[in-house]
Amino acid sequence: MSAVVEEPKPKTGLAKPKFEPPPIRESAKKARRQDNMFAYLFLAPQLIGLVVFMLGPLIFAFVLSMSNWDGFGTRSFAGFSNFATILSDPQFRESAGNTVWYTVLSVPGTMISAFIVAYMLQKVRTKSLYRAFYFAPVVTSTVAVAAIWLWLFNPEISPLNNLLRNLGLPAPDWLQDARFVIPAFAIVGIWQGLGYQIVMMMAGLENVPKSLIEAADIDGASELQKMRRITIPLLSPTILFLSITSIIGSFQIFDYIYVFMGPSAPAASRTIVYEIFQRAFVEFNFGLGSAIAIILFLCLLALTGLQLMAQKRWVHYTE
Amino acid sequence: MTIATNIAIEAVEANAHPHLQDQKPPFRWTRIPLHLILAFGAIVMALPFAWMVLSSFKPLSEIFLQPPKLLPMDWAPENYPTAWAGADFPRGYFNSFYIASIVVIVSILTSAMAAYAFARIRFRGNNALFMVFLATLMVPVQLTVIPLYIILGYIGWIDTHLALIVPAALFNAFGVFLLRQYVRGIPLELEEAAAIDGASRARTFFTIIIPLLRTPMVALGIFTFLAQWNSFFYPLIFLNTEEKFTIPLLVNQFKGAYSSDWTSLMVAATLAAAPLLIIFIIAQRQIVEGIALSGSKT
Repeated sequence: MSAVVEEPKPKTGLAKPKFEPPPIRESAKKARRQDNMFAYLFLAPQLIGLVVFMLGPLIFAFVLSMSNWDGFGTRSFAGFSNFATILSDPQFRESAGNTVWYTVLSVPGTMISAFIVAYMLQKVRTKSLYRAFYFAPVVTSTVAVAAIWLWLFNPEISPLNNLLRNLGLPAPDWLQDARFVIPAFAIVGIWQGLGYQIVMMMAGLENVPKSLIEAADIDGASELQKMRRITIPLLSPTILFLSITSIIGSFQIFDYIYVFMGPSAPAASRTIVYEIFQRAFVEFNFGLGSAIAIILFLCLLALTGLQLMAQKRWVHYTE
Repeated sequence: MTIATNIAIEAVEANAHPHLQDQKPPFRWTRIPLHLILAFGAIVMALPFAWMVLSSFKPLSEIFLQPPKLLPMDWAPENYPTAWAGADFPRGYFNSFYIASIVVIVSILTSAMAAYAFARIRFRGNNALFMVFLATLMVPVQLTVIPLYIILGYIGWIDTHLALIVPAALFNAFGVFLLRQYVRGIPLELEEAAAIDGASRARTFFTIIIPLLRTPMVALGIFTFLAQWNSFFYPLIFLNTEEKFTIPLLVNQFKGAYSSDWTSLMVAATLAAAPLLIIFIIAQRQIVEGIALSGSKT
């Protein structure tokens, strides 16, 4: 019957003083109580935060989504009418479609280019110099980034459009043309998101054992074979992590759009989070805004769940 | 807590830093095409920044030049005082800096405390409570921002910095999760040694655990500071008065107020981006590794 929970039990290699915890039940209980007290004390700040700023608002969000309320007048029960309204709203459907389109363009675009750059970077000596260039946009605020691209997307003054014209390519009015506005967001998203993924993939690539690559070299494997058979399978946990987090991130795109378009953006450039902001904080319809937020939450849960289910087919864990 | 603790700490520290031998591949001529591609990519990444900085020195008359030129023909450094006078940048810097700093310090300390309790103390409901923390990582901020706005309005914190500081400082589920992983990696013998030497739980935490958590805490600090400094969504919703604005809000407002004054907008963007870019250039390694570390433990 050991007396005290988590009491010292010296192990080999360390100094082993003769030490016997007093085997009195009373003191054991007291120590345990003290330990519990201590645990709750140490947890208290984050626990208060959890309840007040996360769990409370979370429950409140579900209540709000079933209410009609602008924050000032009386609140009335609305059932699922907010959900019905929003799901049949053509503007919301377009915004949801835009969000999906943005994700389709930006997530694979970022991941594939990040993989290529990371793969090349591990083969050269001047890693950190290149890394600095690719990573700099990550530490820059989305608002400053959007301000720069506001210029680069303006057809009258854009050096980018000038370049495209010189190459004989179409030079669109990026932000005003409904066909190009979401691709324009994706360009900015890829430019800013690339560095983070490169760094994560380089960390993953460092864990690929050199011996495996050398063995493949001896067997005469080509670069492509090594990449397909060794590197990518061993990198698959990193790829899964990045795909989950970047899909979540791209579904939440907002900052660029707000800086580019301001409030009341044209339909073709809106996304789900833009709708939340617009309905809740411009039109002050908290019920509708919360309903959209819950739909977003459910989408993200479903997308993450699907990826976690699909991982068994392609993700390889070592150990 | 003297002898036993010190021996144990030395033993752990000897193992804590296995040499991260940066085995550089030898220089080979065949790598030149690789360098060309990488350098091209690096230039593409840098061009928007170059455009931002160089355009901030262009006189207004050069904006509509066709074809556009990267370098200004006449340098106009007077753009800077003009833009500086257009918005209260010093106050913006101060607001951004002190909000981010308080959030970093408080949230990391309280996260470390919670992480220690979760990792080391078998109190009632430990696992269940930790699962709750973990589950909240799936909740997007947009889901809680509306109720939070109403709650903060009820307390009277809307349009105060408290609305940005307190929720971020007192709830950092990611930090709790990350640091708990690291506390679990610290050998139990250290705390046992400290207990033999008669140290209390609190003393053990502050003198043994905290120093050993230095690496993840610095990483988390960098991560949190960046997120706070660059944050736009919460400040946009919670703040209304200009003198309370953080740097991103100031730039956004600048964009609205000077919609055709492109050079001033580039000055504002440069002023917003410069501090972190400079810090990044100085401490590239720590920042990149910190962010990689924050991600890789998940």
